[in-house]
Amino acid sequence: MIKLKDNQKILLEFNLAGSAFDLAGEASSKIKRVLQQIGVATEVIRRIAISSYEAEMNVIIHACCGVMRAEIYPNRTEIQVEDQGPGIADIALAMQEGFSTAPDFVREMGFGAGMGLPNMVRCSDQFDIQSQIGKGTTVLMVINH
Amino acid sequence: MNDYFHSVRLISNRCKGCVSCAKRCPTEAIRIRSGKAQIIESRCIDCGECIRRCPTHAKTAVTDQLADLAGYAYNVALPAPALYAQFSAEISINEILAGLLKLGFDEVFEVAQAAELVSVAIHDYMDRPERLRPVISSACPAVVRLIQVKFPELIEHLLPFNAPVEVAARIVRQTCSQKLHLTPDQIGIWFITPCPAKMTAIKQSNDLKSAISGAIGISKIYSDLLKAIPSISSEHTVLQKSTWQGIGWAMAGGESGSLHELNTLVVYGIHSVSNALEQVVMGKLSGLDYIEALACAGGCIGGALNVEDRFVAEHRMKQRKRKMPFGQKRTLQDKPTGYEQEVLIRSKQHAVEPKPVLRLDEDIIKAMSKVEEIEAMMKRLPGFDCGLCGSPSCYTLAQDIAQGMASETDCIFKLREKVRDLAQTMIELANKLPPSLDKDTS
Repeated sequence: MIKLKDNQKILLEFNLAGSAFDLAGEASSKIKRVLQQIGVATEVIRRIAISSYEAEMNVIIHACCGVMRAEIYPNRTEIQVEDQGPGIADIALAMQEGFSTAPDFVREMGFGAGMGLPNMVRCSDQFDIQSQIGKGTTVLMVINH
Repeated sequence: MNDYFHSVRLISNRCKGCVSCAKRCPTEAIRIRSGKAQIIESRCIDCGECIRRCPTHAKTAVTDQLADLAGYAYNVALPAPALYAQFSAEISINEILAGLLKLGFDEVFEVAQAAELVSVAIHDYMDRPERLRPVISSACPAVVRLIQVKFPELIEHLLPFNAPVEVAARIVRQTCSQKLHLTPDQIGIWFITPCPAKMTAIKQSNDLKSAISGAIGISKIYSDLLKAIPSISSEHTVLQKSTWQGIGWAMAGGESGSLHELNTLVVYGIHSVSNALEQVVMGKLSGLDYIEALACAGGCIGGALNVEDRFVAEHRMKQRKRKMPFGQKRTLQDKPTGYEQEVLIRSKQHAVEPKPVLRLDEDIIKAMSKVEEIEAMMKRLPGFDCGLCGSPSCYTLAQDIAQGMASETDCIFKLREKVRDLAQTMIELANKLPPSLDKDTS
């Protein structure tokens, strides 16, 4: 769903459902298409596509549900993903490459290689993560165009 | 808009204006206007999907013909390996090549030979530390164009080599001009092609001059070739120089066949290729080393200019493989000298440029309000994707409306709504009488 709040930004909002692997990547694809339509540089689109996809997949793999919000401004894109899920016990550990708590069935599908958060950090210009055990996790990423 | 040459064309009098082609087009390049399926040239990638889909055969590919050989002093045929699959395995590759000579070519050079060269080069390239993961094959011109148009962010992943046919043409042009003392414009080099995209790739670079003079569709030459073959004596000189390593490129999996120790993905069918590339953009397939992506189902044997059904073609190729002697594979040891020269490497002039077509406006603010307009329109349109408006889906209609190329009432359902509302207003008006005539009010 898209709402252009004022003339300065496009707001895209997606409800994400945990374990909905059949819908994996739909939200990120939609964000990518809008960025292509407004003519953002391809290299920037690539970074936004990767970071939004990783964030989307994290909700599908780990949480029960979540909301992904992309705010597209002429000079930057902000992506906020808020989930209701198990939360992350040790954020510093989770940020390490290769660390993963993904269950085996998810790994068998080729996900959960422990690169999600590091990839998000690598692709975004600003990155913030907040988490509460038993409640959920919120990730905020800003990518400059 | 007219900076593309296209080989895929419409035969207007055959087109009945249905949406079969428009709905299958991977880049949404077709709109029905005035009852005819028009191609938006900047979007078309010449994959040939519409040629395959059209129930009335109104889509065709312009290729050259045998008569065009007359314009050159010396003519060389470059048969695609897919040509061999059009004939029963009883007919040897030698006979097919000799048949080409009978049709008026002075020499044949198998594209499969160049494919072997490229195979060796890919092998080498994959060892380079600076290469991106995954490397995407550049052999299929429709896939290269799909990347230019829809996935420009993946251009850097493309293998920086020319497609085998271009490599073949460059080798032939070099050797022929040396041994025959002819000027380049006296040598005609003709690709016997299974697909329209290759034709486009040749004609595309007019000012940059591809080494190929022209392309003749397999279907165009098939009947003449079939007639020429029986008269060939079996003791004909050995013309076949290619091995399975190159011939195998006719089918999906052939190109990456020699890369088995690497993590390779083979994907074919333009829509499946598009899905796979989408995943690469998301970073999902970063564990892969190589992607062999082919626009046609089954690979080049599925090309729109072949005559034989692709499953039959595949069967025949497998029979051919069984007949071929073993141990002929070109290895890294007998790497041809100087193979990395201009023959193989895509020069800067021939660099693959992005040709993005999704952008709605040069001005980002205007583009953003067009996005808003499209989304608002999507809420009003029925979402049936029926195509009766002439755009392949409700989303493309919404896009066309935002771009001023269509209007809301092009939608038959919106039109009907409008007519109903108007009719209702008419009835309401009809029931109203001026007080001077209205007997009920007395």
